[in-house]
Amino acid sequence: MVTRGFFSGRKPPTDTDARIPPGQYLDQGFPVLSAGPTPRVRTEDWSFTLKHGPRPVKKWAWAEFNTLPLTRMTRDIHCVTAWTKFDTAWQGVLVDDILADAGIEPPTAFTLAHSFDGYTTNVPTTDLTAGKAMVALLYEGKPITPDHGGPARLLVPHLYFWKSAKWVNGLQFTERDEPGFWELRGYHIYGDPWREQRYTGDP
Amino acid sequence: MRDGPAAQSPWQTARITRIEKRTPRVTSFFFQTSRPFAYRAGQHVDVRLTAPDGYQARRSYSIASAPETGGTIELAIEKLEDGEVSPFFHEVAAVGDEVELRGPLGGHFVWSDSDGGPLLLVGGGSGVVPLMAMVRHRALRKSAVPVALVFSARVWDEVIFRNELLGLDDRRDGFDLVLTLTREAARRPADYSRRIDAAMIVQSMARLPEPPKLAFVCGSNTFVSAAAQALIDADVPPGLIRTERYGV
Repeated sequence: MVTRGFFSGRKPPTDTDARIPPGQYLDQGFPVLSAGPTPRVRTEDWSFTLKHGPRPVKKWAWAEFNTLPLTRMTRDIHCVTAWTKFDTAWQGVLVDDILADAGIEPPTAFTLAHSFDGYTTNVPTTDLTAGKAMVALLYEGKPITPDHGGPARLLVPHLYFWKSAKWVNGLQFTERDEPGFWELRGYHIYGDPWREQRYTGDP
Repeated sequence: MRDGPAAQSPWQTARITRIEKRTPRVTSFFFQTSRPFAYRAGQHVDVRLTAPDGYQARRSYSIASAPETGGTIELAIEKLEDGEVSPFFHEVAAVGDEVELRGPLGGHFVWSDSDGGPLLLVGGGSGVVPLMAMVRHRALRKSAVPVALVFSARVWDEVIFRNELLGLDDRRDGFDLVLTLTREAARRPADYSRRIDAAMIVQSMARLPEPPKLAFVCGSNTFVSAAAQALIDADVPPGLIRTERYGV
């Protein structure tokens, strides 16, 4: 439906067009979205736990976690509130490297990410492995600020950004696909920006 | 929490039935949806505009009206100079125009009187909009839940819904309005003229019969970060604080 009196204002150049998923617009800033106040997690209190169901597999303190191999990942990110940001540069520990350090293969098909503030989000395990996702420790070469999820946040750049849990403190392998915080509150269970899977009931 | 999966909400057309200027920068647009539209106070909608060449722009706007209002929903839209959707509403949109709308959306920043209280609401600028839906919902339900609304605006003339809020405050029925102006002197004896801080939150909460069961904070990202920290510094447990941030 064409809106009377509305004309293209910010149509991006065609060469970047292909990088913007449907319904998104390009934003130069980096908006902040979260459901509650920003937790201030001190690195001396920080830990990261890998779990299989209720059972802890391995737990890392900040210093231990920082000895794991660092990988660079520069990706476009897409927030469900419709902004897209190009070329965000992160460094962190690939989920593959976390699993290798714990000495396990992914035991189940689904994963629930947990955060210090009680936030959770679910991601199929295959969307976290094979270099697709990391626990990011640096943004643009600097420690991630608390507003953007520091000290560490999950980075799953090919899904809507609510899947990239801020203040992450663990990954839990689950037998079933367990909906997380926003997934229980009307957001899509998978969240592929290219299929515009924003809300429950989207294709 | 009373959250459940939202029903599927496809796009629908909505017609503008009324336009009302609220402040120099904020105007309310009232929409008649083409299908029944049930929502909860605090929820938002996505609005989509389409240009003749197919280009689309979408933005989220909080609903200002109470669910009890019936057939129309009110969106109070602030004009952002470098925006592409809000200037359309402020400069082009007229009564009778149709836009596409989807919702209601959001299952976290919501309150119904059955959720109980007391309630602490903290809004900055147009961040008051979803809180206004809660305040109106409470009034229309004749709810006895104690509510304190701390509303920060730059100047008196930018206090959105000012007359309505002052009228509700005058009822003394358990709703308390605390205004703070950041660029002007306070106009009422118990109001403030500074940015929200922990001391202001402590004093505002003292107007409630007991500590809040839930707190909702909405505004720009800068505002929400500072206000949420003020609540935490005033000993509001972080787990009770729900936030909604807009803009960049």
